[in-house]
Amino acid sequence: MSDISYVRTEMLAEQDPPATSVGAIGWMRANLFSGAFNSILTIVSLGLIYVVLSKILPWAFSPTWDATSLRECREIIAAAGGGGEHGGACWGVIRDRWVQLLFGFYPSELYWRPILAFVLLGVALAPVLFADHVPAKMMRFSMLYPFVMPWLLWGGSIWVPVGALLGFVIGYAVYSVVTNTMSGLLGIITGVIAAVVWWMFLTGGFSSILSGIAPLELDFVDSRSFGGMMLSLTIGVVAIGFSLPIGIVLALGRQSDLLIVKALCVGFIEFIRGVPLITLLFVASTLLNIFMPPGTNFDIIMRVIIMATLFASAYMAEVIRGGLAALPTGQYEGADSLGLNYWQAQRLVIMPQALKISIPGIVSTFIGLFKDTTLVSVIGLLDPLGLSNAIRADAAWNGIVWELYGFIALMFFVFCFGMSRYSMYLERKLQTGHK
Amino acid sequence: MTTLTDPPKASFRLSMLIYDTRYRSMTIQIVALIGFLILIGWLISNTAQNLADLGKQPSFGFLFEPAGYDINQRLLDYNSQHTHLRAAFIGLLNTLLVAVLGCITATILGVIIGVLRLSKNWLISKLMTVYVETFRNVPVLLWIVFIMAIMIETMPAPRAFRGEDPAATMKVFDSVALTNRGVYIPEPLFSNSLGNVHLFGASSFRFDVSLDLVAFLVVLFAGLYASFKIKQRADRMQESTGVRPTTWYLRLGVVLIPVAILFAVLGFHLGYPALKGFNFKGGIYMRNSLIALWLALSLYTAAFIAEIVRAGILAISHGQTEAASALGLRPNRTMNLVVLPQALRVIIPPLISNYLNLTKNSSLAIAVGYMDLTGTLMGITLNQTGRELETVLLGMGIYLAISLTISFVMNWYNKRVKLVER
Repeated sequence: MSDISYVRTEMLAEQDPPATSVGAIGWMRANLFSGAFNSILTIVSLGLIYVVLSKILPWAFSPTWDATSLRECREIIAAAGGGGEHGGACWGVIRDRWVQLLFGFYPSELYWRPILAFVLLGVALAPVLFADHVPAKMMRFSMLYPFVMPWLLWGGSIWVPVGALLGFVIGYAVYSVVTNTMSGLLGIITGVIAAVVWWMFLTGGFSSILSGIAPLELDFVDSRSFGGMMLSLTIGVVAIGFSLPIGIVLALGRQSDLLIVKALCVGFIEFIRGVPLITLLFVASTLLNIFMPPGTNFDIIMRVIIMATLFASAYMAEVIRGGLAALPTGQYEGADSLGLNYWQAQRLVIMPQALKISIPGIVSTFIGLFKDTTLVSVIGLLDPLGLSNAIRADAAWNGIVWELYGFIALMFFVFCFGMSRYSMYLERKLQTGHK
Repeated sequence: MTTLTDPPKASFRLSMLIYDTRYRSMTIQIVALIGFLILIGWLISNTAQNLADLGKQPSFGFLFEPAGYDINQRLLDYNSQHTHLRAAFIGLLNTLLVAVLGCITATILGVIIGVLRLSKNWLISKLMTVYVETFRNVPVLLWIVFIMAIMIETMPAPRAFRGEDPAATMKVFDSVALTNRGVYIPEPLFSNSLGNVHLFGASSFRFDVSLDLVAFLVVLFAGLYASFKIKQRADRMQESTGVRPTTWYLRLGVVLIPVAILFAVLGFHLGYPALKGFNFKGGIYMRNSLIALWLALSLYTAAFIAEIVRAGILAISHGQTEAASALGLRPNRTMNLVVLPQALRVIIPPLISNYLNLTKNSSLAIAVGYMDLTGTLMGITLNQTGRELETVLLGMGIYLAISLTISFVMNWYNKRVKLVER
């Protein structure tokens, strides 16, 4: 019997994978044409992309950067051979008005002030947002920033924000003295009273006297000249800044066992969340002065900021409540077993963790509020959208639509997209692995 | 032996209101309540004084005076002689109209986009990412005015449809006219109509209900119910015998045939829009402001819903999909039978808040001149009567009621589908 079996004694040489499963072709087969349905989808979307781009690109690349009016734009486009009324974009309006879309009617020689204010905002936020890379001492500047920003934006005497700051200092000093000599509760009460007395009766005299001695002041800028992206950012930042402490109080109130406090907080939160922001802005523009004592007259931006703050606090309260709920019960029990009282537990154990978890939510609340600031154009403020109407009212740019909307959309997109990316980065960083 | 002794009973002292935890909570609550009442009282007294200075007495009497303005997009009969209350009611219906339309389209679009964003097709998933990021990161008001501008600037005027060789033509078998004033679509007409029922007599909330519509809905829901019963029977048979009877033609027929018979009896036909003079007549007219608002709200909210759907699907552990594949289910059945029912539980709570947001955002109608509740009650009525306190408070109250109703209904639904945990 002859041996017909065959046993291979050496390994076959390695072969390249088939050309259809590697490289560009393999990638396309796996990711674009992996079945009949997917192939159809790919071809349809390629067609869609082609149609959209073939309309938009020739429109966008039009040599109208130097035009000074819409008519001039049309002449340039006609000379370049672009036909039709919508044959090309008129970018001259952006070159002409981009500064206005950013700053509104803020005096142009003072642009450094809002720029500095927002750069410093970045510096002040750095210890919060990038806690790993920034020394913790920077927090001191962050505490000062709420007093620096209004001074930079609105101007006036430096002694007004210093006076406001001194109120806190005095309140704290009284609090610590009384706490050490008498009781804690009395300390809180006297501290608050001292600060309020200072703000209500003494700050005015203090700042006017010091202004007389050392007149350190910036040119005063009226709120009415605020506009454009700067207005949106100001409203957004101030409202979020103020809403954070209010939101914390509301969230704690909503979680508390005290029935009446809880009912008041829930009522406030649900009321604000149940009505559209635009109705709150109507309250700001028509009702707020009626609610105040006769003779009070806030300017409209102040009133809008107040309502936006109330609006944001309700949402902030819910975000922080989420953070509180996400903490394991062990943290509360641990704090209790250490013998900490309610406020100590909140300050030392609960809040630091709950706020850290809530940062992504706070950022997305900010994004939402920042986008909603465009609503102020409805009550006649000159945010970018309101300015676009003002620009169209100019005879030179009457009838221009797409370029302005596109530019405004781009500005908002850059801000919001950047912030949402940051929030995603943060979520990944805060993810501690267990789900 | 241990002896239990009661803690010494201290007599009540005033300082216990602050230092004793048993009484402190009471003290804090009473102080909070008093503070709140003082705040409210202060606001009311300020308001009363300010209004007295202005010479206005708060009253809702103006609601029953003639409105004197027209509402161009409306669901019920209305003219400028009707009262402000009627105008507000028409506006409220317009708000609800755009909210309902928007919620439906946004959900459909959002689910499709959310699922497609998870597609293995690289191009599709990237396209959907671009869509979601573009719509999420630009303010909704900008989208509304942008789409309004598209409607006005790029659609042909009605006169472009005229003449022997018109510049524009009607779409979809000559039945839909897209113009810069709005969209005209065919309307359902019944030659043997059953007529209308007038509800609420002559009050401002009077309402005509078309009996044809009622009949249609009754027949439709009866058919759907029968179809559901057939499905239940098929399920039972499948469970007992393992063989599922073919029922799709029965289920389809039980819905469609009665509806078709009803339509034949009522003499159903479509009324097409037609160009008469300078404008289209006939058909259902949806103004460009309604279209812009509806489209913008749907597209914007769809981006958020897509993210919610995607997160919901990703929240289902991969083991579920693998187990379904191991059972031999095809990918689309895995999606329908295994993943989506579970994902729904994760999806519904944030979906509720997006519906609420859409409804609240519909108040931006005022930017494009769509006459919703904000445009009528808090817009023109406010300007004409100067009753800012009453109109704004009434408007806020109505929006609050709508929001609370939606969240109540959806929370009830959420409770029903929620997984009952042991």
